[in-house]
Amino acid sequence: MESSRDDFVIALRSAFLKKGTQQRFSLLSLIFFSIIFLILGNFNFKVINYIKLGINEIVYRSSFIVSVPENLIKDSYLTLQNHNKLYKKNEKIKFELEILKAKDLSNEFIILENQRLKSIVDDYLVKSDTIIAKVLSDKGSPFLRSIIINKGSKHKINLGMVVMDGAYLVGKIVEVNYLSSRVLLLSDLNSKIPVIVEPNAVFSILSGTGKNHGIIQYSKKYDDIKSESVIYTSGAGNLFKAGIPIGKINENFLNDEKKVEFFSDFSQLRFVKVLSFLKSETE
Amino acid sequence: MTELRGKNLIRKILSNIPILLLFISVLNNFDFNHLGLKYFSFNFSYILIFYYSLKKSESLGYTYIFIAGLFNDVVTGTPMGLSSLMYLILCVAASYLRNITLRPSVINDCIFFLITILIINSLMFVSLNFIFNYELNYFDQIINITYTFLFYFLFSNLFDFFEKYLVGRNNAR
Repeated sequence: MESSRDDFVIALRSAFLKKGTQQRFSLLSLIFFSIIFLILGNFNFKVINYIKLGINEIVYRSSFIVSVPENLIKDSYLTLQNHNKLYKKNEKIKFELEILKAKDLSNEFIILENQRLKSIVDDYLVKSDTIIAKVLSDKGSPFLRSIIINKGSKHKINLGMVVMDGAYLVGKIVEVNYLSSRVLLLSDLNSKIPVIVEPNAVFSILSGTGKNHGIIQYSKKYDDIKSESVIYTSGAGNLFKAGIPIGKINENFLNDEKKVEFFSDFSQLRFVKVLSFLKSETE
Repeated sequence: MTELRGKNLIRKILSNIPILLLFISVLNNFDFNHLGLKYFSFNFSYILIFYYSLKKSESLGYTYIFIAGLFNDVVTGTPMGLSSLMYLILCVAASYLRNITLRPSVINDCIFFLITILIINSLMFVSLNFIFNYELNYFDQIINITYTFLFYFLFSNLFDFFEKYLVGRNNAR
């Protein structure tokens, strides 16, 4: 009994302290370093933050370079797939375009009227500076959903700025480095934004799930949310401008969840728009 | 003489492939997320680190593993030092198994690997959830652990083949 405990202690001590032929540090000292990194990083220690910023810049660029071959294969596959679907899509788009052209004329009038009315009721109008950024890396962990873009504090990117793919909301800036930034996608488990579900104007919170869809939470009017309802930002809490389209409801009847299919495909992002919405000075 | 020098250079490059693979895997995240498979993800770096710490401890330096962990934290957005800590705990487990094993067997290695990644992922889940306030999906973690464990069989055979026939090292511990 005594000797087996001794063996265990010897084996464990050897695992922690023994250095190999080409090892400079023992495992114990490196584990100690890691814990120091974790603790000091958690307390926002300056030196650790500088090291982190340096590593961020190196890793984001390297990650982009390392991902080139894989992205090339992925893009070629998608190009071939898209090519096959092109004809059918074209026919459908032509038909939709005719309908949209007709709607566009009446929309223009409504937009102008809306702006005029908003300025009367003293609601703020928004101005935005658009920065186009390239997606450097979308290799998050299997659990966290975020992307890295090639614009940072040098290009006047700030925390909390809105990130869009065309007209659709994608996420917001959560980390800014000198030449790059991290965008928290709407699909991330930690993303929660105030939204409005139209028609019926149901105010709610859109939460990420860690998958390719979101869910509608914390609403009292669940019954008013129908399938195919469209989700827009509500503008509550002044986080985002009101009325940015996000996705549509795809009801999962099995567990009564209000699933949201995003309009933008987050796995296919190449370029994104980064915007800041500011309160305009009322005249 | 020149031929001999050339062969040595090739062998040196081949023997450094595990380090290269480790850095590519942390920078690129070999999890096949882009395939869009709903219930599929695995951690290639865990397999690589455990295998090489167990079988060829001279191939992967602990310092490289520590740096790779820091890189992984930056890529995945987790707190700095957390992945390094997990990787090093994996090395400790592999090193302990190496010390206590007299007759190596793949089954033993696999079971020990499963226990180790269960502990590591639990530690990571607890620290991310309760200390750093990250929200993680428990089910995703289970899937990741299961596939990482299953893929260990495949990759350990592939690495054995690579070491035996390409690098020309025996499987001696």
